[in-house]
Amino acid sequence: MNRRFTCIVCPNGCEITAELDGGKIVSVAGARCKKGGAYVRQELTCPRRTFSTSIILEGGKLPLVSVRLTKPIPKEKIFAVNELIHRQKAQAPVRIGQIVLENVLGLGSDVIITKNADRLS
Amino acid sequence: MTAIHKEAVIVGGGPGGLAAAVKLKQQGITDIIILEREKQLGGILRQCIHDGFGLTRFGETLSGPEYAQRFIDLVEQEKIEYRTDTTVLSISPEKHLTAVSPQGLLEIDSAAVILTTGCRERTRGSVAIPGERPAGIYTAGVAQTYLNLKNIMVGKKVVILGSGDIGLIMARRFTLEGAKVEAVFELQPYPGGLARNVEQCLNDFDIPLYLSHTITDIIGGARLEAVIVSEVDEQKRVKPGTSRRIECDTLILSVGLIPENELSAGASVALDPRTGGAYVDENFMTGVEGIFAAGNALHVHDLVDFVSLEAEKLAEAAAKFIRRGKLPVCGIKLVTDKNIGHIIPQSISGTKDVTLTLRVGRPLTGGALKLQQDHQDLLSQKFIKLVPAEMIEIKLAKELIKSTSEIKVVIAHE
Ligand SMILES: Cc1cc2nc3c(=O)[nH]c(=O)nc-3n(C[C@H](O)[C@H](O)[C@H](O)COP(=O)(O)OP(=O)(O)OC[C@H]3O[C@@H](n4cnc5c(N)ncnc54)[C@H](O)[C@@H]3O)c2cc1C
Ligand code: SF4
Repeated sequence: MNRRFTCIVCPNGCEITAELDGGKIVSVAGARCKKGGAYVRQELTCPRRTFSTSIILEGGKLPLVSVRLTKPIPKEKIFAVNELIHRQKAQAPVRIGQIVLENVLGLGSDVIITKNADRLS
Repeated sequence: MTAIHKEAVIVGGGPGGLAAAVKLKQQGITDIIILEREKQLGGILRQCIHDGFGLTRFGETLSGPEYAQRFIDLVEQEKIEYRTDTTVLSISPEKHLTAVSPQGLLEIDSAAVILTTGCRERTRGSVAIPGERPAGIYTAGVAQTYLNLKNIMVGKKVVILGSGDIGLIMARRFTLEGAKVEAVFELQPYPGGLARNVEQCLNDFDIPLYLSHTITDIIGGARLEAVIVSEVDEQKRVKPGTSRRIECDTLILSVGLIPENELSAGASVALDPRTGGAYVDENFMTGVEGIFAAGNALHVHDLVDFVSLEAEKLAEAAAKFIRRGKLPVCGIKLVTDKNIGHIIPQSISGTKDVTLTLRVGRPLTGGALKLQQDHQDLLSQKFIKLVPAEMIEIKLAKELIKSTSEIKVVIAHE
């Protein structure tokens, strides 16, 4: 059986065709680099994604500050993690890299601030 | 009012302008200033909070604001002068600039002017959708500003017209913010944005993408209530009997970006209708000596990494121009066949190796991309598939160039 994948690891977005035999990968074609094969393997076992959103910033020059995950998490956990993040608030000032949630839901990824924002003086 | 003098003025403090400024400084050009209309440096990246920036540049995947901050930090370190809240109103062909800020007018005479003013979005007017004019219709970038910078949610039931990257990214953002994205409709038979964004922003969230579809009517009073969508044929004519109604309170337009070139006309900078940006030579110099352009102001990029690179190449050339007062003549024109959407630069000197950047006009499968001069192939690159969403680079070594005749860029089918 053949299955098609769009690799999302880099902007090339290679269309990869994987030949599968009962869940096992027999061959992959179409990947422009080695990461493509690893991506297909991950998609078959446990697809992972990162995402970004923003949280309320209290006392800041901006009403919001953006955050992201440091590592991809299992795809089916996106909504749970998203909900948890939305319950967080940050206090100005904040700096890039500051941790909002460490090892979120025990998934091995942190939620970090991605924008510097000063206090409203 | 007396004008101040500068070696270089950089108009626009987005990633293009920041990279150009840092590179100029590193090349020993110290008397420079960045003018930025917004209150902060960083350009459009301030609102692009998703990750995927900087993979080529830094080998890691950053969000837009983080990517911008790396360059802002360099600008600070290099002690480069900048003014925010300062809008350039006009530039003359003699490189006299007039800008306005809350402190008043600013007049500058400069040896070189660098245009890194970014791009703007096509709006409803430029795609001509008939129907009512209710509230609830936004361009993707405006919705991105509301959601990511101002904490304003624009709607709950969303339809997206156009599958450009910003529209795709916004489909995911809306979903994560609790809105329901009903569908994305695209006029072309192929997606406008990158395949990875179709995958991770639509497919991951089961948002359907309908190709060869358009919106044929807009329904609503004070607020949008529904849109009518129809299928189109190859000639983009609406297929009769295919229309259906989709209830929604918000319509997002992601129908393309155009280089921002309001200042160019006044400066007599000629624009290429294919890119919407200036004609430039291999030095990123426009038709007006000493005026340079790069980044989205020149042609729309999908990756900021390439914007930074392009701006740095520009800065290297601009530094030479500032020191010598001129640059080598670029008499070799680059012309394209109908398969090629556009090419940058549009002319070269033939005396140095150059990287050409181009996009195809429509998806192409199986063939070769060729550069020809005097009816001979200079180089030929085979490809399996080329799509308009992807920017293509070709390196052309100076040794390959045989004369000063024009170089043709063509697609040969197999
Ligand atoms: C709405 C929108 C969303 C985008 N989202 C993405 C995305 O999600 N991912 C991605 O990879 N790319 C995205 N892009 C493309 C992105 O713009 C480029 O990757 C990159 O930011 C371009 O850099 P730039 O410096 O050329 O332009 P910009 O970042 O647009 O910077 C131009 C700067 O010039 C300033 N300016 C303009 N005119 C004047 C004037 N007259 N006087 C003074 N200052 C002026 C502007 O205020 C702005 O700060 C988006 C573009 C737009 C328009
Ligand atoms: S296979 Fe390699 S080159 Fe292709 S999209 Fe994946 S990471 Fe990028």
